[in-house]
Amino acid sequence: MTHASVTAVMGAVFNLSHPAHVVHWSFIKLPLANVIVIALMLVAFALAIALPFPGAKRRRGDSS
Amino acid sequence: MSDYHKGSWTVKVREAAVAALPPEKLLPDGQPTYVASWIYVFGVASVASLVVIITSGTILALKGPAWWHFTGVGHFFNSIHMWAVELFFFVMVVHLWGKYWMAAWRGGRARVWITGAITFLVAVPTALTGYVSQQNFDAQWISTQAKDGLNSVGVGAFFNVTNFGQMYSYHVLLLPIAVVILVSAHVLLVRRHGVVPPIELNARLAIAPGGEAPAPPPSTVGAGS
Repeated sequence: MTHASVTAVMGAVFNLSHPAHVVHWSFIKLPLANVIVIALMLVAFALAIALPFPGAKRRRGDSS
Repeated sequence: MSDYHKGSWTVKVREAAVAALPPEKLLPDGQPTYVASWIYVFGVASVASLVVIITSGTILALKGPAWWHFTGVGHFFNSIHMWAVELFFFVMVVHLWGKYWMAAWRGGRARVWITGAITFLVAVPTALTGYVSQQNFDAQWISTQAKDGLNSVGVGAFFNVTNFGQMYSYHVLLLPIAVVILVSAHVLLVRRHGVVPPIELNARLAIAPGGEAPAPPPSTVGAGS
């Protein structure tokens, strides 16, 4: 695939030829990209708390 | 050792360092079982990201703006540097949130928490000075916006974000040194005080708030396991 065709495909997927999307709620005004990253961080945090760590139960079992 | 050598500053520094952080604490055999948590993976990922940031940043500094703007390999390293910074902030903030809700300053660990929180605060201007050092229109836009912001809080006379030389020096020398020192201090303090036990375990051990850190439980997991 040539560089031009890669650029065309990526441009079709991520069309940046427009003003940035902004989330505006009361006095809060954030670019959509930042809102998505913050949401992903919250998801990662929730998963880090909720998901069991591999082998953690076995290790606790060994200690008893 | 003679009395003459006992007075030597190198001996005093060595003895103070070994007393503060004996080798078995610096490089322990294992960690308490409660360290088996994803939150600590985010802490380690922060350090890993920082290593990638410094390595790619060193290469960018060696080659210069024309290389990172006009060559394919230069673009690649520029992207590695930028995305490693994005990842650094992402994982560092998740680690910070986790430690906040675990009240990680308990048991005499205030300095561990403070060095971590200040690392985040110092990393913000480190990233900003990087964005304004790109040598492109993006950098011009960010620097003029940042100048308005800094002027509005009254520190514009000290930090001229439209001065490339000043910002580049901050970005490649002063602020990275501060971040590396803070992260090193943070990791060494974690080694010294140990990882904070869960709140339930703290309560079970009847530790008074602000009291001394409890000894790690006898059962530990191997560092490499």
